[in-house]
Amino acid sequence: MGDPITLIANWLSGLLTGWGLAPWLVTLIMSVIGIVAIATFVLLVDIFLVWVERKVVARFQDRLGPNRLGPFGLIQPIADVLKLLIKEDITPEGADKIIFNLSPIIALATVILLWGVIPLSPTILGSDINVGVLFIVAVGAFSTLGIIMAGWASNNKFALLGAFRTVAQLVSYEIPMVISLEVPVLLARSMGIHTIVNSQNVWYIVIAPVAGLLFFISSIAELGRTPFDLLEAESEIVAGFHIEYTGMKFGLFYAGELLHALTVSALFSSLFLGGWRGPFADQIPLLGVVYLFIKSFFIYFVIMWIKYSFPRIRIDHMLAFNWKFLTPLSLSVLIMTAILSKVLQGVSQPVYILTMLLANIVIAWITLTIVRRYAHVQRKQFTEFRPVAVPEKAQVTTTNP
Amino acid sequence: MPPVQILFIIIAAATLGAALMVVTTSNLVHSALWLVVALFGIAVFFILLDAAFLAVAQVVIYIGAIAILMIFAIMLTRKMVKNPSPQFNTNWAWGIVISVVFFAGLFWMLNSWPGVNTSMPALGPNINPVVDLGEALVSPDAYVLPFEVASVLLMAALVGSIFIAWNRK
Repeated sequence: MGDPITLIANWLSGLLTGWGLAPWLVTLIMSVIGIVAIATFVLLVDIFLVWVERKVVARFQDRLGPNRLGPFGLIQPIADVLKLLIKEDITPEGADKIIFNLSPIIALATVILLWGVIPLSPTILGSDINVGVLFIVAVGAFSTLGIIMAGWASNNKFALLGAFRTVAQLVSYEIPMVISLEVPVLLARSMGIHTIVNSQNVWYIVIAPVAGLLFFISSIAELGRTPFDLLEAESEIVAGFHIEYTGMKFGLFYAGELLHALTVSALFSSLFLGGWRGPFADQIPLLGVVYLFIKSFFIYFVIMWIKYSFPRIRIDHMLAFNWKFLTPLSLSVLIMTAILSKVLQGVSQPVYILTMLLANIVIAWITLTIVRRYAHVQRKQFTEFRPVAVPEKAQVTTTNP
Repeated sequence: MPPVQILFIIIAAATLGAALMVVTTSNLVHSALWLVVALFGIAVFFILLDAAFLAVAQVVIYIGAIAILMIFAIMLTRKMVKNPSPQFNTNWAWGIVISVVFFAGLFWMLNSWPGVNTSMPALGPNINPVVDLGEALVSPDAYVLPFEVASVLLMAALVGSIFIAWNRK
């Protein structure tokens, strides 16, 4: 009931076995069909995402957005795709052809790969591997590699500068991301994302809000979205790593970026907002998919909200923010969660939740106090010396030729 | 031949081919990327051995950290990319002899070991390799001492690198 996908899968595997195929061949065929199905579904959502992005940014900037083609401009993204497909495909002179053409594929494929471990509902999930959280980090490594390859192969100094910034940013923001990912792993006692979702009787955003916020900030940095969009800063390095890309190759980067934002939202929903959990999701698994996408699109909206309201952060501030703020905070949250979850073993559920929440609030308060004191000192430093041109101090030489 | 064995041969050939390309390609960035392919092949071997954690750790550490830093360092040295040095020096014949002898020795040694012909036992349903590995790393009668020594070594490396990079003013 309410789970047509498992029904179809069971029927198909029964049919294939009935044809006398070997069990391993049936598994192979079913896996390939599953991969194609989930990748197609995700890419179809991706086309729709272009419309969502343009419509929402239009509202933020007090415009209407696409509204000519179809109802609410819904056909606009399809027209965009067609335009990208028929555009001239230029490979710049001196570019490394194979790497140049390979990197957009890697950029999009790594994002789709992440959907393999996100459980869409209690029964519809790609793969329940027991190292799911670490798998996300590993795939992130490949997406960094794709951007570096694009930047290097373009044979363009702005692209190379974008690639350098990418390495500086993605490699450093990986550290608070991994450490804050440890907190749900610790709470669920498992690295499998399906197990983490299953053990969220109370959403982890309640038990570990600081870790959730840290994961959110560092994953926005991994996305390379504003305020962390230094890798494609238009006003500084034109467009960064994808400056030389045209047509559908640029389209793949663009689609990958949008889909990555939704993927991060889905991951955040799975790890901290209970994933597919919701009323009656256990009885009707298809409802779980709806819940997951409602939560994901809410987070996606928050990411867009941040993107279109914040200015770009300066590169030294970006690194200082990571190493002096996010990393120590994530380490202290991890240590606190580890100690508390050991101490609180065996206490009743409400006490456990309240203590965890209280500890998080205390950590957040201490952090804010330290930051406030630091800001106070900084402000003092800059207000005391104010280099103003004073007439008696300035050495004015009045020699008229 | 079972399908796993066919897969093994394909992956092994790809890994070895990529490893050969690492040392024979004249373009440094290309050879770094071939190294990524070879390292990924090793990760696939770990998956074939049901060691998912090792496979993912291989990708995170070797591709996510080491290979990316290598490519970063190579990209900063433009001259080396533009003017490659010759791929073979005068000792290439000795290199072949040594590697053939080494390979023959390994082959003979593994052939005389009885375990080489047994197939991989399947993991039971109640075995969680990640949990077992985690517990083994911190239990006193398993690997807690090597684990802690390695941690101290890494800590020393971290402190040392900060000391070198420190700008004393």
